[in-house]
Amino acid sequence: MPPILVIARLTVQESSRRRLLLALLILTLVVVGFSAWGFNKITTVTNSSGNTLPPAQVAVVTSQLLIVVVFMFSGVLALSAAVVSGPLISSEVESGLLLSMLARPVRRSEIVIGKWVGLGVLVGVYAAGAGLLEIAAVDWATGYVPPHPVDLIAYVAAEGLVLLSLGMLLSTRLPGITAGVIALVAWLIAWIAGVVGDIGTGLQNQALENVGIVSHLLLPSDGLWRGAIFAMEPDTLIASMRALGTFGRANPFAAIDPPPIQFLAWVVVWFAIMLGLSVWSFRTREI
Amino acid sequence: MAEVAEQTRRAASQGAASGSPAVKTVDLTKRFGHTVALAGLSMEVPRGEVFGFLGPNGAGKTTAVKLLLGLLRPTSGEGWLLGKPVGDLGTRRHIGYLPELFRYQSWLSAAEVLALHCELAPLPRSSWKDEIRTVLDTVGLTDRANDRVGTFSKGMQQRLGLGAALLGEPELVFLDEPTSALDPVGRHDVREIIRGLTSRGTAVFLNSHLLSEVEQVCDRVAVVDHGRVIASGTMDDLLSGTTVRVRATGLSQAGRNKLSDFGRVDDEGDQLTFNNLNPDRVPDLVAAIVAMGARVYEVAPRHQTLEDRFLQLLEDEQK
Repeated sequence: MPPILVIARLTVQESSRRRLLLALLILTLVVVGFSAWGFNKITTVTNSSGNTLPPAQVAVVTSQLLIVVVFMFSGVLALSAAVVSGPLISSEVESGLLLSMLARPVRRSEIVIGKWVGLGVLVGVYAAGAGLLEIAAVDWATGYVPPHPVDLIAYVAAEGLVLLSLGMLLSTRLPGITAGVIALVAWLIAWIAGVVGDIGTGLQNQALENVGIVSHLLLPSDGLWRGAIFAMEPDTLIASMRALGTFGRANPFAAIDPPPIQFLAWVVVWFAIMLGLSVWSFRTREI
Repeated sequence: MAEVAEQTRRAASQGAASGSPAVKTVDLTKRFGHTVALAGLSMEVPRGEVFGFLGPNGAGKTTAVKLLLGLLRPTSGEGWLLGKPVGDLGTRRHIGYLPELFRYQSWLSAAEVLALHCELAPLPRSSWKDEIRTVLDTVGLTDRANDRVGTFSKGMQQRLGLGAALLGEPELVFLDEPTSALDPVGRHDVREIIRGLTSRGTAVFLNSHLLSEVEQVCDRVAVVDHGRVIASGTMDDLLSGTTVRVRATGLSQAGRNKLSDFGRVDDEGDQLTFNNLNPDRVPDLVAAIVAMGARVYEVAPRHQTLEDRFLQLLEDEQK
């Protein structure tokens, strides 16, 4: 097996043996169970005339609640990715664990890419597993299925990968806890900057709008989150928000358009840059 | 059995004469900012020999090993392992390394850690089982093969690290303080393992400040201090002198000063230690002390130990 895959397998194995996967599985099942119960209550809500909500209204309410629940899932994924990737390299350098491995015919780039691939697989599997479970639970409870479920999972997974990539880059030089905290703060700042950008759009203020654009370029986590939101919204909701013009675009928990293809292309380039920087940083580090 | 081992060793030594040395460095230097960790290290370790790299804490021993293994980049100078420039990926297939700071995946079992190193080495998969069994037996961990490393004592983890360094019958093994966490039995085992390695022609680069161990197993040593090699050679080259301890009373200060004609003296009151004294001069020494009116109670010549020589070298350096 090539060294990259050996390291990737070792990373997955470590998460499994350290019971990280088990903890995430149990917590996810609990959240999905509670949310299914909550979503089911939407179908029993009555309007002023005593009738249950029509399907179109159920879909709109459900989509909004789903966005909040998925925000929590994406947050868990981003936080976990940052916390796990922060010490990914640095802690193994500090403890000496990498010393004997690096004396083998293994390139440092293979260590970095292998770890990224291993954690990337975990992020992808968690995003897909948790996403599908939640979508199935919502479908069972309300009959609503988001219009773009595959896109939704892909965007949430990509958001996790963004935090993983940032945490790992920092981990090649900084102590684990510092790298993890910086990645988390960066994620929150990027989200807030995205909200500022939305407000700028609503107020038609170019300077504020630029804050959102620049933050999306520097750390594309919020831009990907907007893609996930769009994938969850029913067409009727999108149409009504479009009718509101710029004000319709000023909601941090709503998206009128999918992320532009140029942004998605940039995300691919961004991943390549982050991986390249991580490899360069680790290769030039003295151990 | 011992004869066969000796023959193998001789054959390896002959091979060494014709082939490239196991380790060669020319002016290898490493600076960290203004601190010189290693200053122009030039040395050669023949194949099949046990080379002791000695020095006090912070002398630059671990830095030298890390430079040779490509974990650090030299500020200047060059190095070769098994005839190939330092950092050559292919050469690492033939090298074993036990770091001073040894740590292994606590969530894996001992056998799994060794399998991981077999895979990274890389060794043919068909040989893993035998390699792992042999190595576990060599380092005395057969009974704990399937236990998680996280449950191991420090000494057992060091044994495991030693086992990982031995996988695949390497041509060169770096052991950085290999007995730091071991009890006397473990230290004895490590000495036996090192002797076993040399018997099959493996060169061993042994970093240590446990001088008695080095004295027992090394063919050749270099003493490093403040990043500089202050002495090197075979054990016989380094330990040629004799130390003589004399217990005498009634010696005046003037008399004591005169005794410095017999070489460097450690004066501890009634006890005087003459370093690096030719054994033929012992009767003259005793006669001189008696002539000064002193009473001699004990004269104890002994062959200089590596520790004596090591301390003497460091003392000379400080002057």
